[in-house]
Amino acid sequence: MESLSLLADGLATAVTPENLMWAAIGVLLGTFVGVLPGIGPAMAVALLLPVTFGLEPTQAFIMFAGIYYGGMYGGSTTSILLNTPGESASVMTALEGNKMAKKGRAAQALATAAIGSFIAGTIGTMLVVFFAPALAGVAVQIGAPSYLAIMLMAMVLVTSVLGSSRLRGFIALFIGLTIGLVGLDMNTGQPRLSFDQPLLADRLDIVVVAVGIFALGEALWVAAHLRRRPLSVIPVGRPWMGRDDWGRSWKPWLRGTALGFPFGAVPAGGAETPTFLSYVLEKRLAKKGHEFGSGAIEGVAGPEAANNASAAGTFVPLLALGLPVTATATIMLAALQGYGIQPGPQLMTEHPDLVWTLLASLLIGNTLLLVLNLPLAPLWAKLLRIPRPYLYAGILFFASLGAYTANQQPFDLFLLLVFGLLGLAMRRFGLPVLPLILGVILGPLMETKMREALAISGGDPAGLVDEPLAIIVYAVIVLLVVVPLVLSRVRPRRTPTAAAVEAPTADEPAEKETVR
Amino acid sequence: MTTTPTDPAGPGTLVPEVEGTPPVAPERERDLAQLGLAAALVVIGAYTVYDASTLVVGFADPVGPKAFPYVIGSVLVGLGVLLGLAALRGDVPTPEDGEDVDLSQRSDWLTVAKLVGVLVLTIATVGWLGWAVSGAILFAGATWSLGSRTYVRDILIGAVLAVGSWYGFYVGLGIPLTPGVLDGIL
Repeated sequence: MESLSLLADGLATAVTPENLMWAAIGVLLGTFVGVLPGIGPAMAVALLLPVTFGLEPTQAFIMFAGIYYGGMYGGSTTSILLNTPGESASVMTALEGNKMAKKGRAAQALATAAIGSFIAGTIGTMLVVFFAPALAGVAVQIGAPSYLAIMLMAMVLVTSVLGSSRLRGFIALFIGLTIGLVGLDMNTGQPRLSFDQPLLADRLDIVVVAVGIFALGEALWVAAHLRRRPLSVIPVGRPWMGRDDWGRSWKPWLRGTALGFPFGAVPAGGAETPTFLSYVLEKRLAKKGHEFGSGAIEGVAGPEAANNASAAGTFVPLLALGLPVTATATIMLAALQGYGIQPGPQLMTEHPDLVWTLLASLLIGNTLLLVLNLPLAPLWAKLLRIPRPYLYAGILFFASLGAYTANQQPFDLFLLLVFGLLGLAMRRFGLPVLPLILGVILGPLMETKMREALAISGGDPAGLVDEPLAIIVYAVIVLLVVVPLVLSRVRPRRTPTAAAVEAPTADEPAEKETVR
Repeated sequence: MTTTPTDPAGPGTLVPEVEGTPPVAPERERDLAQLGLAAALVVIGAYTVYDASTLVVGFADPVGPKAFPYVIGSVLVGLGVLLGLAALRGDVPTPEDGEDVDLSQRSDWLTVAKLVGVLVLTIATVGWLGWAVSGAILFAGATWSLGSRTYVRDILIGAVLAVGSWYGFYVGLGIPLTPGVLDGIL
């Protein structure tokens, strides 16, 4: 209950007319950028991050929370109205959502997505309020060895569970770890992989890396494959739902929330699995089972709620352990570091006011999103018709602006181009982006923890496993790697969820067909 | 450190292609451009190991700055070799799909080259022309590369965006971007 009164204090800080204005600007900017085709939430957050750097931490948080939820909602609008989901978490939404839109029920699809996101986001944030402090209380007692083990587990999970090719996942992870090496070694002050360039020895700006890989890489990849024939956009009026739609939506919202939150909170990475599970669950439970495949509202309500609840869940490991598990959470970690805050167990005790303001901001951002976006939906839909040369030239422009404003060094623009080309190559060769960005962020942290652990034990490798928790986590990692391998040998038939567990060299891209 | 496919003739092109094709997608060709990526991974990994070998280990630091790069570099070399083998055995990547991506047509690398050229121009000029001018050139050049031919409108939009963002950052956030040749005018 103490958490609630602290949250109330946070709300009191956040709810001033000026702060509400920043929240509204954040929601509008986030939705604006998120609706644009080709821009997912992670990219929206990365592109808009520099805008918040000039503000006070409290205001920056509030605006940032708005951008975050706005970007996510924008993504689902695109997938419902265009049927070409920009990111894996909206694949399930697009499946039924676009069918609904084609049947003339776009308004109801958007409404159930918006209200479901709001409910899931609010419940999810409240759960963070209760879980994060408890977890942080436990986490302060975790030593360096266990930290190292937990970070290793997050990496292994994200790399091997998601995506269709383990080999390519690990390639992306190790490219990321290599990028994380660049710059001064934090213990001895020697430059690594810096080619005698003082600007490289200064360590890379994570914003430049993220914007390069996400925004510029995507823009260049699209430029190479630009659709010549424009997509058909389904026109939409103001979103609303009838009594029947409400009756069919509220249970999927709650079930989606229950599925999504735990998946976000454990380092299993991403909303892909819970949205898929939610879709399957709703399909099985639906009374009008035959409507699935031709625009069932349950198929939009459930996955959309699961998506948002899992996004809220990622705040638990992020705030309590300093451990990001999705691409968006990784950018957020970089953002918090940009505001001079290092997430982790100490954060709750050292800057409780900031944590509670952030959580309160998330609630406010979520509410404003609902208030602003239901009436504005027809306007957002118009954005989908923006001429593609302007859209992608705009992404190039704002990516360069973001990279340049960080330090006002033309060299940062050069780095942006290098990482943009890397992002292009990754999309060409099917390398997943998430393991790479996780490697860039977690690599240096892991190295610090490992050297800390071994310095305490005097160089004895046993120092890495002298905590019970560390041993348990290592056992879990071994299980996670070995069990799927064994299962795939025993049962060669593959199901969509088992697609990720096949042997690295024998993967094939046929799974994509199932979600078309 | 770009990993664009440059050298498709990798180490083992003599492997017979009879058994190589996977049973699942017989109509797909082997993607030998992956050998370029594999080679790049091997080179980057090897350089990482070499770079680490030049570091000095401190006294009170049992791990030292070398351990991590050694592990990362060697694993990267190993992954490069594995990818090379996988490519030769007929393993093909899944290129990323998206809202505006049409994978059914050939890749248009000329447009990409034009965009890279525009960015290089921006990098070269932003120091002395300033953001307001270079940003406008960047936007207009990018729209041209992407096929827009309404020059006047493109340049106007670019100028509005560039000057607007300059003022936005200066007035709204107190960050003065490089004024360049427009110093004193803006």
